[in-house]
Amino acid sequence: MEFDIFSPALILLIAAVLICLVKGHARTAVILVAPIITLWAIWQIPDGVQSTVKFLSYNIEPVEGSPLRRLFATIFAIMVFVGGLYSFRVARWYELAAAFAYAAGAIGVCFAGDLITMFLYWELMAIFSTIVVWCGGTPGARAAGIRYAIMHLLGGVVLKVGIEGVVVGTGSIQIQPMLATDFSTWMILIGILINAAAPPVSAWLADAYPESTPTGSVFLSAFTTKTAVLALILLFPGEPVLIGIGLFMVMYGIIFALLENDVRRILAYSVVNQVGFMVVAVGIGTEMALNGATAHAFAHIIYKALLFMSAGVVIYRTGKNKCMELGGLFRTMPLTCVCGVIGALAISSFPLTSGFTTKSMISQAAVDGNLVWVYMALTAASAGVFLHAGIKFPWFVFFQKDSGLRPKDAPWNMGLAMVIFASLCILLGVFPEILYALLPYPVDYQPYSIGKVLFYLQLLLFSGLAFFVLLPLMKRTMTISLDTDWFWRRAAVYVFRIVGRILGSSGEVISQQRTRLQSFLHLIAVRYLGQPHTSDREERGVFARSWPVGTTALWIAALLSAYVLLYYL
Amino acid sequence: MNDENKLHWLVRPSTIRKLWIGSSIVLALTVLAQTVIYVKGYFGFDAWFGFGAVYGFVSCLVMVLVAKLLGLVLKRPQDYYDEPESAQFPNSSHDKVKESSNGV
Repeated sequence: MEFDIFSPALILLIAAVLICLVKGHARTAVILVAPIITLWAIWQIPDGVQSTVKFLSYNIEPVEGSPLRRLFATIFAIMVFVGGLYSFRVARWYELAAAFAYAAGAIGVCFAGDLITMFLYWELMAIFSTIVVWCGGTPGARAAGIRYAIMHLLGGVVLKVGIEGVVVGTGSIQIQPMLATDFSTWMILIGILINAAAPPVSAWLADAYPESTPTGSVFLSAFTTKTAVLALILLFPGEPVLIGIGLFMVMYGIIFALLENDVRRILAYSVVNQVGFMVVAVGIGTEMALNGATAHAFAHIIYKALLFMSAGVVIYRTGKNKCMELGGLFRTMPLTCVCGVIGALAISSFPLTSGFTTKSMISQAAVDGNLVWVYMALTAASAGVFLHAGIKFPWFVFFQKDSGLRPKDAPWNMGLAMVIFASLCILLGVFPEILYALLPYPVDYQPYSIGKVLFYLQLLLFSGLAFFVLLPLMKRTMTISLDTDWFWRRAAVYVFRIVGRILGSSGEVISQQRTRLQSFLHLIAVRYLGQPHTSDREERGVFARSWPVGTTALWIAALLSAYVLLYYL
Repeated sequence: MNDENKLHWLVRPSTIRKLWIGSSIVLALTVLAQTVIYVKGYFGFDAWFGFGAVYGFVSCLVMVLVAKLLGLVLKRPQDYYDEPESAQFPNSSHDKVKESSNGV
């Protein structure tokens, strides 16, 4: 085929341009049709490298197919379609265009056969996701967007340093499994982990996503972190350091979400939490674990977008985004409420939802690897997910006290988008074979056994009990929580200010000393050379006077004897 | 009674009472069901009677308490980052900083 070198990502890029150019129904058509064409194109790509292009001395492989890559691209394309459906009537055209270009970057990474192509699409994502954040339109969004851009461009630089190192070291730009053993591989790993919102920079996610528009955050929740998971699966399967990092992310997400008051920030922290599960799975690195990470990423994009959609509808209808100001919305927003609850159940991996059939694969991989502590931590985290996202989110938004708000339910397109994703959550929970058949490795796994279902029901329902028993401890406060972003939002400002003040005062001292030195030199010059225009009556400078010849002879004699003396010393 | 009828049926105190009773029964059943249903433990201890229930409850308790304690240290008012000036830097560079931080 002569289209071998064209990645399906280009379809979305063209669509992004078209969104800028056309208006009205034509734009709607582009928004809804382009993702479907992309999806079709994704499934036209056979396994293996499709073609190579010689660029400088490198063999660029713009398109490489594999079941893993196709699966990630598939869910990204589905996400663009449903996200477009959700937002086309509300979002401004430039936000949609940026979101499409952002998604194009993500799909481009999916099919990138070499590190250079991957890097290019990686940066495309960074640029256009920043624009999506900026579309929030508030001063807060502008500031958060700048911080987001700095973080991701920095991550890009780190990644690039690593790629250069690997290319120089091995001479190959192939994407192949590696371990973090030397400087360049560590740089690549760190560059990817920055996008995965790993510690210590997890804060960028909860900082930026909630500042975007209600529609923008739906797109943002899907692509960046999951592309990073794909890159980890491709480049670092079985890297043991990832297990620790992932477990930290899992716990971090839960604790910070419990402290949070902003609805979308709760969901943002739970993105970190869920990506932590996937990172742990990549760290375990067995076929079961990688299958689990892939399946979980697939399911996660769906239910997380669903949660952001229901939060988005609430914010769109009420203009409020704090738990303290919301509550009791189930009365007038039944559809949003039901869809939100389904998303919440799915993220908590309740039996019969997609979370159960995918996340349990990761736990199973930990069991198979005999990693007792990892398994116990993941199980505790599953309980914690139910606590912070599964109950806390719907409870504070839709139930809790009566806030007096009586907003209308979702507009039809937002409702339809939510219904599609809610049905997918349940479909994948009831018929997991559909997804299992697409996974990169053959699946020999039975998600449902009556004993396991009972165990998880005990675990989750008693977490629910814990929530309601501990409710007095979880009173929402109008606060934010400090995070590592304090270091660059506050500490760095202090340091700059202090450095600035030190430089300022030392500059003052230097200029004082300079004037003193200047006047001193001037004095000497006047003394020996005289004033520039000395009248004859005034005494001339020392060197400018007329000295007798005898004095000169004496000086010469002194000089010569000093010279002779020095010569013999 | 009249007052109660005005409320949405889901939030009437009588319904909430029924919900508590109903969910308590469900909770008890999930534990008691372990007498008839075999839960396969992977590491021995996780097959103990009611292990899932206790583990779920306790780990949530621990997480909430840890969050609560961390909250004491980490919580700040909402506008914490909004005003670039804090009381720690009341000096002459005040105006300059305000100007430069406007852009960011």
